[in-house]
Amino acid sequence: MKNIIKMSFRNLLRSGRRTILTASLITIGVMFVLIYAALSGSFKAYMISQVTDSMLGHIQIHKKGYIASVDNLPLDKNINKKQLEKISALLKQNNYIESYTLRLKLSAMFSNYTASTGIRLNGIDPINEAKTLPLFSQRLNTQKASILKEGEILVPELVAKGMNVKKDDTIVLVATNQKGSVNGLNFRVSGSIEPISGPGGRDGYIHINDVKKLLRLKSTQVSEVVIRLKNVKHLQKVMQDLQPLLAIKNQKGKAVFEIHSWKKLTPFYNIVKMLDIMDISIKIILISIVLISVLNVMIMSVYERIKEIGTIAAMGTTPSTITKLFLSEGLMLGIFGTLLGTLLSYIFVFLINMIGIRFSFGRQSDLVLNPSLQTNEVIVVGVIVIIISLVASISPARKASKLNPVDALRQN
Amino acid sequence: MIENKQVNKIYKMGEIDLRVIKDLNLRIDHGEFVAIVGPSGSGKSTVLNLIGCLDKPSDGKILIEGVDVTQLNTTDLANFRGKNIGFIFQSFNLIPVLNVYENIEYPLIMIQNLPKEQRHERIMQLLKEVDMLEQKDKFPDQLSGGQRQRVAIARALVTKPKIVFADEPTANLDTKTSNQIITLMRNIQKEFNTTFIFATHDEKIVTAVDRIITLVDGVITSDKRIQS
Repeated sequence: MKNIIKMSFRNLLRSGRRTILTASLITIGVMFVLIYAALSGSFKAYMISQVTDSMLGHIQIHKKGYIASVDNLPLDKNINKKQLEKISALLKQNNYIESYTLRLKLSAMFSNYTASTGIRLNGIDPINEAKTLPLFSQRLNTQKASILKEGEILVPELVAKGMNVKKDDTIVLVATNQKGSVNGLNFRVSGSIEPISGPGGRDGYIHINDVKKLLRLKSTQVSEVVIRLKNVKHLQKVMQDLQPLLAIKNQKGKAVFEIHSWKKLTPFYNIVKMLDIMDISIKIILISIVLISVLNVMIMSVYERIKEIGTIAAMGTTPSTITKLFLSEGLMLGIFGTLLGTLLSYIFVFLINMIGIRFSFGRQSDLVLNPSLQTNEVIVVGVIVIIISLVASISPARKASKLNPVDALRQN
Repeated sequence: MIENKQVNKIYKMGEIDLRVIKDLNLRIDHGEFVAIVGPSGSGKSTVLNLIGCLDKPSDGKILIEGVDVTQLNTTDLANFRGKNIGFIFQSFNLIPVLNVYENIEYPLIMIQNLPKEQRHERIMQLLKEVDMLEQKDKFPDQLSGGQRQRVAIARALVTKPKIVFADEPTANLDTKTSNQIITLMRNIQKEFNTTFIFATHDEKIVTAVDRIITLVDGVITSDKRIQS
C-alpha cells in the first residue's frame, strides 16, 4: 500500500498545476463550509440563548391543554399545590437542572385612570425568575437592581407607550377570578419591558403574591414551571427524565401534565432549522465541487496515461492494483484539500475573532459574534470530502483497470 | 515451453470478420532466441500479444509452462504475466514519475511483492548487467534512447521471467546502440537461459537469433533454425 501511495503521490506531482488547482477548489469549498458553520453556529447559539435566557427557559411544564389555549390564559388549567409538589420533587433530584421558576399567568384590564386596555400578565417570583432567566433583566427599561417588588408592575413596552404611562406612575389592574369575582388593585409602574417573539413575549410582569391577591386565591397554584438547564446539550436527557410526569393520569385516565422544550415554544426554532437547512445546502454545494473537480482531474489522468496503464498491466499489475492506484490519487487530493482547507479555516476564524464582527439584536447593540470551529463539524466535513473524493475516483479507476493492455499499448 | 495449437485470431471490423492469425501451430522451447519476422500487417505483433498473454485467441489453445492461458481470467492472467513473462517495448514505456532504480523495482514491489533486501540485490545486479549503475537515480527523460532500452530490459528481467517478449526493441535506436542492446540480450539469454521472442523487421536482430519464424498474412510460411 505504501508503494501505491508513493506512486499516486508522484503521479499527482506530475501534473502539479492541475493538482494544485483541484486541491485549491476543495480547499476553498472546505473553508467556505467550515467558516459558514462557525459563523452561523455562533449566531444560532447567541439567538438561542437570547430566547431561552430572557423568557422561555429551556423546558416548560404546564397542565395538559394549557399551551393549546394559551391565548386565553385559562385559570382553570393551572397546576395546583399537590401537582406542584410532585413536579418540584422530580426537579430537585435532577442534577442537570440549574434552577426553575413558577409563573402564574392571567388576563386583566389595565387602567391609567383615564383609559383602559387588556393586558396579559405573568406573576413571578423575581429572585427565581432572575436565576432561571439570566437575560431577563436586559429586557427591562429600568436601571434598578431588583427587578420587581410586590405592588409593582413591569408594563409591556407597547402598552406603556399606548397608555402613556411612565416609571413610578400608578395604574389599576382589574381581573376576574375563576369563580367570576372581579377585583382591582393599584400598582406602581416599575418600568417597561421589551417585547420578544414567541408566546408570552408581550406580557407584563407583577409579583406572584400580587396575582394571588388580585385573584383572591386561597391556595397555591401556577400556570407554568420554567426550567433552566446547566447545559442546553442535556435537553433530551432531561426531557427523558421528566417522562414520569407524563405518566401521571387524572381520574378520566388522561395525562395531567404536558412538557415542552424551547424548540416547541418559539417560532425562532424555525429560523434555527432554516440555518441548518442552509448548512446542508452549502455542504451539498461542497460535495458537488469536490465530485466534479476530482472526477474531472481523474478522468483526465486516465486519458493521459492510457499507454502507461497498458505497460503496467502488461507487466502483470492486476486490475485491482490499478484501481487502487487511481483511487489513492483521488483520495490524496481530497485529504490534501481538506487538511489545507481546515488549517486555513482555523486561521480565518481566529482572525475573525481578533477583528470582531459586531451586530445589533433588539435593544442590544455592539454584540460581537464569537465564531468557533466545532471538532465534530470539522470531522464531518473532512469525512464527507474524503469519501466524495474517493467516490469520484471510482469510475475513472474502474475505467483504467478495465483497459485492454493491447489497446492501451497502441495509444500514442 | 510455449505451445500453440490451432490458434486463430479474428477481429471484428464492423460487419466484417478479419482473421489475422490462421491455424497457428507453434512450439518454442526454453532458452530459445527467436525472431518472428514478416511484412507489416502479417500478424507478428498479434502473435506476440497472444503468446505474451496480453490478448486471447478467438479459438485454439496456448500452453505456456503447461498452463492453458486461454482459460485464465483477467486477474490470473495478470498474475501469470507477472511471474513468467517480461516485456520490452519499441518505445521503452518506462514510467516517467519513477527513476531508473524505481522503474526496475516496480514489478518487484507491485507485482511480486519481494522484501526490500532481495529487491535491492537483484536490481543492483541487473543495473551492473545493463551498465546503468551510474544512472540509477536519473529519471527516464534524462536518459538517451539506448539507456532507456537498457532500463526496459533490466525491468523485463528483474522478475526472472522464463520468457521475454520484445516488440521491435531496436526500432527507435541507432545502429551502434541497437547492436549493443542485441548483444546485451544475447548475453542475458545465455546467462539466465531466458527465452527471448522478438517481433521485428530489424536485420541486425534477424542475423543474431537462432530461429526465424516468418509470418505472412497470419500464416507461418517458414520456420528456420540457424546454426551458430
